[in-house]
Amino acid sequence: MTEAYVMKVILNTGQIAQALRKMTDRIIADVPDGLDIAVIGIRSRGEILAQRLSHRLSEKLGKDVPCGTLDITLYRDDLNSPQYLTQPQVRTTEIGFDIDGKIIVLVDDVLNTGRSTRAALDALIDLGRPKAIKLAVLIDRAGREFPIQADYAGCKADVAPGQLVQVRLVESDGKDEVVVEQDAASNQKKTKRKSKK
Amino acid sequence: MANEILIKNGLVIDPANKVNRKCDLLIVDDKIAQVGRVEKAVQSVIDATGKLVVPGLIDIHVHFREPGDEEEETIASGSTAAVAAGFTSVVCMPNTNPPIENETDVEYIHRKGRQARKTHVYTMGAITKSREGVELAEMGFMAEAGAVGFTDDGNGVQDPAVMLRAMKYAAMFNVVIAQHCQDNSFAGTGVMNAGYFSTILGLPGIDSLAEEAMLWRDIQLVKKTNIRYHAQHISTAGSVALIRAAKKDSLPVTCEVTPHHLLFTEECCAEYDTNYKMNPPLRTKKDTDALKQAIADGLVDALVTDHAPHLQSEKELEFLSAPFGIISLECALGLYVKALIEPGILDWPDLIKLMTIGPAKVIGIDRGTLGKGKQADVTIIDPDATYTVDKNKFRSKSRNCPYQGWKLKAKIEKTIVGGELRFSL
Amino acid sequence: MGSANKAGQFVWNRKHLLGLRELNVEEITYILDTAKGFEEISTRSVKKAPPLRGKVVVNLFFEDSTRTRNSFTLAASRLSADVIEFTEKGSSVGKGETLLDTARNLEAMGVDIVVIRHSAGGAPKLLSRNINACVVNAGDGYCEHPTQGLLDVYTIRKIKGSLKGLKIAIVGDISHSRVARSNMWAMTKLGAEVTFVGPPTLMPPQVNKLPVKVSYSLDNIIEKVDVINMLRIQFERLGGNPFPSVREYSHYFGLTVERMKRAKPDILVMHPGPINRGLEIESEVADGKNSVILQQVKNGLAVRMAVLFLVNQAAAQET
Repeated sequence: MTEAYVMKVILNTGQIAQALRKMTDRIIADVPDGLDIAVIGIRSRGEILAQRLSHRLSEKLGKDVPCGTLDITLYRDDLNSPQYLTQPQVRTTEIGFDIDGKIIVLVDDVLNTGRSTRAALDALIDLGRPKAIKLAVLIDRAGREFPIQADYAGCKADVAPGQLVQVRLVESDGKDEVVVEQDAASNQKKTKRKSKK
Repeated sequence: MANEILIKNGLVIDPANKVNRKCDLLIVDDKIAQVGRVEKAVQSVIDATGKLVVPGLIDIHVHFREPGDEEEETIASGSTAAVAAGFTSVVCMPNTNPPIENETDVEYIHRKGRQARKTHVYTMGAITKSREGVELAEMGFMAEAGAVGFTDDGNGVQDPAVMLRAMKYAAMFNVVIAQHCQDNSFAGTGVMNAGYFSTILGLPGIDSLAEEAMLWRDIQLVKKTNIRYHAQHISTAGSVALIRAAKKDSLPVTCEVTPHHLLFTEECCAEYDTNYKMNPPLRTKKDTDALKQAIADGLVDALVTDHAPHLQSEKELEFLSAPFGIISLECALGLYVKALIEPGILDWPDLIKLMTIGPAKVIGIDRGTLGKGKQADVTIIDPDATYTVDKNKFRSKSRNCPYQGWKLKAKIEKTIVGGELRFSL
Repeated sequence: MGSANKAGQFVWNRKHLLGLRELNVEEITYILDTAKGFEEISTRSVKKAPPLRGKVVVNLFFEDSTRTRNSFTLAASRLSADVIEFTEKGSSVGKGETLLDTARNLEAMGVDIVVIRHSAGGAPKLLSRNINACVVNAGDGYCEHPTQGLLDVYTIRKIKGSLKGLKIAIVGDISHSRVARSNMWAMTKLGAEVTFVGPPTLMPPQVNKLPVKVSYSLDNIIEKVDVINMLRIQFERLGGNPFPSVREYSHYFGLTVERMKRAKPDILVMHPGPINRGLEIESEVADGKNSVILQQVKNGLAVRMAVLFLVNQAAAQET
């Protein structure tokens, strides 16, 4: 990503950590006793957030909350239309536990149109029969195209449809922050690269 | 009232009579009357300034598919194509359906040729019945009917005993025995030259030994029988070496070469384009270089096209199954110019020799010459005109031609056959 | 034409897979990496994913082959495609439709991917020039069998990590083997050193011009190689008799327990199948601890899913 655009930080390192803390607490509060939970992250930044979340949950609950990674490429609804920037690359789905009967906390970095979540739900159903699926996202944008809602959202971002929201994490980008592109003139270019989240 | 045509001021190239100078040529009725300065006032005058005036071109190896495969070509369409390309005589191959193997077959070809009224149409007869290589065909009757030679072209005669018998028998008649040299035990089911390309393209190959083994064998038989022998469409350096040795020993051996064996190599098959599938197959650069050297050294007697028309639906088959052969009559001269004159291997007189008196001598016809009193078969060529090959405009019925879009030099202006103007640009 | 896009990233844009000779290292690696992502589907309870839903895959097999055909059928089904079987023995010449006519018919029916196996080298290429659908070569004459080549290198890569510097022997009727050729292209491009092993009568013309070594002795190389791929002696393809007897062939070129004793302990034993037990390979070796033959079959499924997925993607790019 070039830094030609002006980026505004809407969540800094501390705020991200706090959001994750709050999410952890709320998840624990919601899960009835005795039921197993597991965390599954959607590649690729959802995966990192999922790992962090599962660590925190494990600590707080005093028991191991397993974590898995879901690749939704095969379930995308735009596979048969021309891609503009990046070609969807099939990667591995690594879920080393049985999802039957568990409460799955599905984790992604940004919820926007809802299409990725739809794809993830279809993928999970092909893997087994969870007791329930809860959606946890760091950023909840307002661009819904499908009737999908986040059960847990770190932060609601009021961002115009053409603007890019980027979640950066230490593990992948060296630093924890969420930025928004400010440059309105580059909106045209960006409507082409709809990040279908 | 005599019909006279005066061709003025052209460069007359007549290798048969060692003529290579600017002068006039007078045709009276169907004969050459005079070559030199002609002051006579004549009704038909052709101004040949800047043009070449040569004996009508002769192709002693064409396939006109009649009888049997008339949808691919007929003697009418084939000779129309030939005369527009400057040819005044062609020799048909006998691998028609049924094959040419007795005197009525020979007469049929001659009659069709006369009816078409384009080029003189000659034919070779089959050496063996049905070209199967087992029993001799009626060479005597065919020779009397005017067959100019014998070949099983398409096949080579596999059994050496049969070939020996054929040569001994042919000694009774003054005819040439021609051979499509292909020993099937080396050729197998091959569809292109056996080598690196056949290996990576995954196609069965025809080893050059297939041609050379039979040529070597036949040359030994010629030593025994001393009959006139003509090696058709030679394609390998090994064959060139055999011809060189045979001619050094003064054996009555002649040979011919096609334009595609000078212009293409086996690499052209890389995209499985069946317009590069022919028999003998395209070989390697070593072979094309050897053939060009053979031509330069005067070892080759005739240039031929091996014009082999096929239906589009057949050439559209996968490379393995498509029939062998391509057509090139209608751009033949341009191809020879490109392959031999432009690179400086031959000059015009030598090229014309290989297309006129050379082939005429191989088959023993009194053509290919502008001598006084000879048949007036004359071709007028514009050696500097250029054109682009457009196979869709061909007069041939078929379109299996790899030269589409080629820019060539040397256009045929007029073709005169037996004193009649049968083609004019 | 897998190449970089505007942003300089690798993009797969080949809608046909005709052979491995024309692919570069990046493209081959991309297919292998993609295949990794498909392995998992075969381990779940619902062994299906939707990327080819609504797409029609035709198995156009002009040569007998149950295993390759079944592998493609299963791969297509796992991706939710509809599969049509179109098997026709014998060549097209003189027997009903020509290949092009068949292609035009398929086009009229509206198919998306044609998987073709044909006895004529170049047939898939001919098809690809005359049909809008994607064409995947499942074996053409003795030219190539690209998915076999890919699953072979995938198997090796999965176990050994990388093919760089590995010594690989391919043993058998090289002259008539499309597997040998596809293997050669893929393996040499990925950095392995390949040796063709067999009697001189079963080596193709000008084999010395290929990027491989040649050996007429299995005994000479058995100790040196890390991977050995035994090809099936295809009696139906042998012309004349290139070796005097099956007995003599097995003696010189069979992979026996005896020879395995001299091989590296971690040598991989491969075979494209079906096996002629006792001919090119002894039962004990085929079933032994070094054999990865069954893994090849398993990996074949993931590789073919990846190939179908990728060519379909490329076709979607075109519109």
